Amino acid sequence: MSTTDATYGIWNRPLKKTGIVGFLTTVDHKKIGIGYAIGALFFLLVGGVEALIIRLQLMVPENNLVDARTYNELFTMHGTTMVFLAVMPLSAAFFNYIMPLQVGARDVAFPRLNALGLWCFFVGGIVVNLSWLYQVAPAIGWFGYAPLTTKPYSPDIGTDFWIVGLQILGIASLAGSFNFITTILNMRAPGLSMMRLPVFTWMTLVTSFLIILAFPPITIALVELMFDRHFGTHFFDVGGGGKPILWQHLFWIFGHPEVYILILPAMGIISEVLPVFSRKPLFGYPLVVFSGAVIGFLGFAVWSHHMFTTGLGIVATSAFAFLTMLISIPTGVKIFNWIGTLWGGRIRFTTPMLFALGFIWMFMLGGFTGIMHSSPPVDAQQQDSYFVIAHFHYVLIGGSIFALLCGIYYWFPKVTGKLMNDNIGKLLFYTIFVGFNLAFFPMHILGMTGMPRRTHTYKAEMGWAEPNFWSTIGALILGFGILFVVIQLIYSCFRGQPSGENPWDARTLEWDTSSPPKEYNFGYTPVIHSRDQVWENKYGAAEKKMGKIAPGPHGIHMPDQSWWPLMVAIGLFISGMGVIFHHQPMSTLLPFLPEGIHFHILYFTGFGMVVTFMSIILWAIEGPGGYHLHPTAEELEGAVQPDPQQGGHH
Amino acid sequence: MSLVRAVRLKTARLLLAGIFLILASVSLGAEDRIHKVQNVFDPHSTPAHGILGIAWIVLAICALIFVVVGSLLVYAIWRFREKRGDQGTEPPQVYGSNQIEMAWTVIPLLIVLVLILVTARTTIEIDEPAFPADALQIQVVGHQWWWEVVYPEQGFITANEIHIPVSSEDDPRPAIIQLASADVAHSFWVPQLGGKRDLLPNHPNRMWIEPEQTGVYWGNCAEFCGTQHANMLIRVVVDTPEEFEAWVLNQQRPPREDPAVAGGRHIFETMTCINCHAVGEKGAQNGFGPDLTHLMTRGTIGAGVGETSRDDLYQWLKDPDSMKPGCYMPDMKLSERQLNKLTDYLTTLK
Repeated sequence: MSTTDATYGIWNRPLKKTGIVGFLTTVDHKKIGIGYAIGALFFLLVGGVEALIIRLQLMVPENNLVDARTYNELFTMHGTTMVFLAVMPLSAAFFNYIMPLQVGARDVAFPRLNALGLWCFFVGGIVVNLSWLYQVAPAIGWFGYAPLTTKPYSPDIGTDFWIVGLQILGIASLAGSFNFITTILNMRAPGLSMMRLPVFTWMTLVTSFLIILAFPPITIALVELMFDRHFGTHFFDVGGGGKPILWQHLFWIFGHPEVYILILPAMGIISEVLPVFSRKPLFGYPLVVFSGAVIGFLGFAVWSHHMFTTGLGIVATSAFAFLTMLISIPTGVKIFNWIGTLWGGRIRFTTPMLFALGFIWMFMLGGFTGIMHSSPPVDAQQQDSYFVIAHFHYVLIGGSIFALLCGIYYWFPKVTGKLMNDNIGKLLFYTIFVGFNLAFFPMHILGMTGMPRRTHTYKAEMGWAEPNFWSTIGALILGFGILFVVIQLIYSCFRGQPSGENPWDARTLEWDTSSPPKEYNFGYTPVIHSRDQVWENKYGAAEKKMGKIAPGPHGIHMPDQSWWPLMVAIGLFISGMGVIFHHQPMSTLLPFLPEGIHFHILYFTGFGMVVTFMSIILWAIEGPGGYHLHPTAEELEGAVQPDPQQGGHH
Repeated sequence: MSLVRAVRLKTARLLLAGIFLILASVSLGAEDRIHKVQNVFDPHSTPAHGILGIAWIVLAICALIFVVVGSLLVYAIWRFREKRGDQGTEPPQVYGSNQIEMAWTVIPLLIVLVLILVTARTTIEIDEPAFPADALQIQVVGHQWWWEVVYPEQGFITANEIHIPVSSEDDPRPAIIQLASADVAHSFWVPQLGGKRDLLPNHPNRMWIEPEQTGVYWGNCAEFCGTQHANMLIRVVVDTPEEFEAWVLNQQRPPREDPAVAGGRHIFETMTCINCHAVGEKGAQNGFGPDLTHLMTRGTIGAGVGETSRDDLYQWLKDPDSMKPGCYMPDMKLSERQLNKLTDYLTTLK
């Protein structure tokens, strides 16, 4: 039952819940989460195809499958895609969908801002990948070291697509992060103190802080680079007295926290799944949470370990080495606590649990190689070699991707109300596990025998042929594994067996509501009395069971939908295209436009900025809107009426 | 139970030993004088030895932790799996243990303290050693995609191949290499002689090597520097002191002027070749392209894409892009006659 309130503002806000309009105007964190997931899985496959072409090129020495320029474009786009368009948004999908459910909220704090994040993610992803369409994909590496990225060395507009795409993606990440922080700090259910938060929500909080502190440096670096390329500044231009090494510092002040932005959500997921399938609470919850926060803090103090070979001097080198080694302690502590969680439990080997256990193994191996190059002299032999590629794929695939796949198998029943076949899931896990190790373990050997990164070819007599061959075979197996996970996911959406509310007998609050959850998440306001609330509801003492407060007579207040987040993102897209095509002949944009006339930045960017700012103004004046929903009597069973003194909980 | 555990430990050790054997066996193939396989486990120079020393320490510590933690993990997974009859009951709900958690926080901290002390010592040894006053000085300038090599004290310039004398305990001859870049970031890496060091524009850098075995050592640019990053190979030629003296003397000689190839020299000096390249006093001294004064004393052209053979030189002059797509050496559209003459001339530059 829905009752629409009076609509404030100039225009009526869109009300349609279904179809294209319903999706484009949605402010529901669950739909937005699914939007992130669809985009991220798509780009995961795109980045995977790019990776497979790279691997096929290196399968045999002196191969000619792709030329040098294309190869460089492929690894640039592979890195950019996987970091910004696959792993980060897939984490954001879980933040969006799961976190509000875990804190017992109706939605995130700023639902329209949340939609803006999603649309900026799509726009950023489209801008970066449009460069393929114009056949000028950037060939600068995902790290874009100046001065290779400056106009004299990269004159084509591929680099501009990359700069603008990353800037827009930065807006997406920032909008999301401010939203998540506000939601977690302000919208927790009554009784859900910080130290009762599920670890995944904790890691969402820490990751969001990392994002809002780490993105400003990369934003500034990208602005400086854009100005160097378009407006004649000299930040990275040696001829004008610039210091290219500045880029390296700015990039890694962002880039190292980014590593933890990619892995902390993964650690959060693992910390949820291990207790459920061990049937025990997380061992040492406060220490696990604290370790996550310490990793976040230390993450900002280690960026120069990416620059040991630039010659920082003994003092700086040793200081950064020490801080880097320190990170191994909170990381190690987490692994120990996970083993402590398994210890004495009743381990059930479901698909999510296999991915979680695989995560611990692979992340541990990646961690050890990480400790190895925390030592600067050792790093001097490993930096920019295949050893480093092996290292960070062990933590990013074996770590992040394994955990995200674990999260997909774990939360799929909650999101769809259906089950993914466990036997097929296990088979795919073993496929991915074998393929992954075959693909990346030989890279340790390649690095130790001197194979540098980002090289499109190598000579047979260098002795790198055999490990490269097996690595490619492994990559193909891994690729098929991931592809079939996506196929299974889509299949199960339609044909999966019904799962019920809580198929895993899981412990945290999101499992207390229906699967999939109603638009308002919970019909009642949950009153929390313990950390593993759903487990306590079933097995715990009476005083630890959850309370329920029914909504007031007016029902549950829900936010209205809006067109303006999408319009802001479209305005940013137009502005961005203006920056990219600044001073380019018009025919570069579309072949039928005149060749002799050049774009000026003001044409498109001016128009785009008008669209953006008008949309922001209309966003502001369309008013809060909203409508009320009334949960069914069944949902409200056992709920008490709200205390009129305190007012209703929205 | 303990037997199972012991067997498991043994398997893990065997596995590690196997990995090391694979790595060691790769080095066995590199007995000939040209070290094409750049195995860091087979160092032939002082800083590379030091690095390998600390690498073994770190590897050993990591391997030890891996065996302990890995065994615990495998044991926990196996021992605490759900068994028949477990259904419907819950295991004891243990929330943590301050003592245990304290232990596994403090012990890693102690390991890290040991590790950083060992590391700092090696870092200092490698970064700031005491050099003899007469140590050989070499300047290496990175270009897209080749290496300019300057011997300032000996007064000549070459490219892509660095000659240094071999060191022995009685006669240490460290070579100090000053690193700079003419364009973008590069990185100098010859794994068997030392760790890598970056060549950055507007950021001078330095490294040193002290090889104790003669031979040719291969290396690569290790920092992505554009299209032909993969074809920016380094060859360090470690000579006996006598060979090195002879090589220096030859490099210092003015270019050979063979009247038989005067036609080729004329093409070189009148076409645009000398805008970028130099032969002796003639031509650009700006380092746009490699110095060709003693081209034929080098083993390769195009930073490793071809040999200094007549065929490869001819092909390189005819169509550089066919050998190194995207390189800055232009196709000068020379006629076959011009190409032959020019190639003949270049092959006399010994």
